[in-house]
This record gives sequence, C-alpha cells and structure tokens, in this order.
Amino acid sequence: MIRLRYFASLRETLGRGDEQLELPEEVNDVSSLTRWLQSRGKVWECALSDSRLHVAINQEVVKPDTPVSDGDEVAWFPPVTGG
Amino acid sequence: MIRVQTEDFDTGSELEQLRERCAGQAGAVVCFVGLVREFNEAETVLTMTLEHYPGMTEKALGKIEQEARRRWELTDAIIIHRVGPLVPNDRIVFVAAASAHRKFAFQACEYMIDTLKTRAPFWKNETTPEGSRWVEGN
Repeated sequence: MIRLRYFASLRETLGRGDEQLELPEEVNDVSSLTRWLQSRGKVWECALSDSRLHVAINQEVVKPDTPVSDGDEVAWFPPVTGG
Repeated sequence: MIRVQTEDFDTGSELEQLRERCAGQAGAVVCFVGLVREFNEAETVLTMTLEHYPGMTEKALGKIEQEARRRWELTDAIIIHRVGPLVPNDRIVFVAAASAHRKFAFQACEYMIDTLKTRAPFWKNETTPEGSRWVEGN
C-alpha cells in the first residue's frame, strides 16, 4: 500500500486530502504515479499537470524521477505561502 | 527550538525565555514577528486560515533551524508558526536568533524567515467580501 496526500487548493480541486492504494504495477517513480493518477479523469489530468506543484515522498521534497516504493507516503501540493 | 501551534504566543515571554537560555553567552537577539494584514492585492481580508502538512512542517522547520545554527554561531534559535483560523493583526510567525555578535543574529533571523517562506509546507487561505481564495505567491 502507498498513502497519497493532497494539500490546499489541490485538495479542494480533487475533493480529497488523503487516500491509500495498492502500488499499481506500472508505477515506479513520481512521474509514472502522477500519470497513473491523471488517468482517473479530466479533473485529475488537469489539476496534476500544473508544473508549479511540488511532490514529497515521506515528507521530503523529491524530483519526478525519484522512485516510489511500497509503504511510501507521497504528497502533492502547490507552492507554499507560510510566514 | 521549533513549535507549530493553533494558539497565540507571547512575544515578550518568548524573548525573555530565550534570553535566559543564553545564560550570558549572547550579545544580541534579533527577532521577526509576522502579522495578518487586513488587505491583500487591493482586497479586504476578513479572516485567514493556515493549512499545513503535519509532520513535514516540523521536519522542514527543524532543518531550517539546524541550517541557521550551522551557518552562523548561534547561542539559540527559535521558530514558532501558527496554523488554523486567524484574523487581521493576529501574530502568525515568530523567528528569533541569538548570537555573540549582532551581525550573525540579524543574518540568521533573516535567513530563517526567508527560507521558511519558500520551504515550509504552509498554505494561506483568505476570506474576503468576495469569498475565499488561496494565496498565490508570497
């Protein structure tokens, strides 16, 4: 299983902030996982195509070619605006 | 020291506790307090809610504090950030650095708040008379 998290405007657009799923066979890194999620439909395809989004694995910001493994927590979020 | 909390903080008390922890080793303390403005991009802000990524937030703030301590000779450093619903004039964030030398304290304080704004996973949502919106750019 992997845990997926979505935050802020992305959470609102996707209508969920947290989900778990079995790691799909064709997924081996961040970009293939993002593509797999985009195949869920128009809203997902559009929301996850935003090049400003950041991705974190196990709470560390990663790059598109970073591997995803069973047990990981993967999060997508827009640019941060704290402070 | 880092803290993420919904409740307000007392800046005077935080500075006093920091001074006591310095125990004669610091010559300067520089602090920054961030507040909620009642205007943003020409619109009135009624409320502001801060969302964050629990767990990652604490890790990110901890790294920023450690990096500041590594770059400058700090006697003490603290970052406090609030989350949840806030209104104009509320305190959002408190950053302070203590050092033997004021230059290090100034530089470390500026580094911590600037880095926090681009690395720590917080997101601001504002309510204006027109409705609510996510703040973009910071």
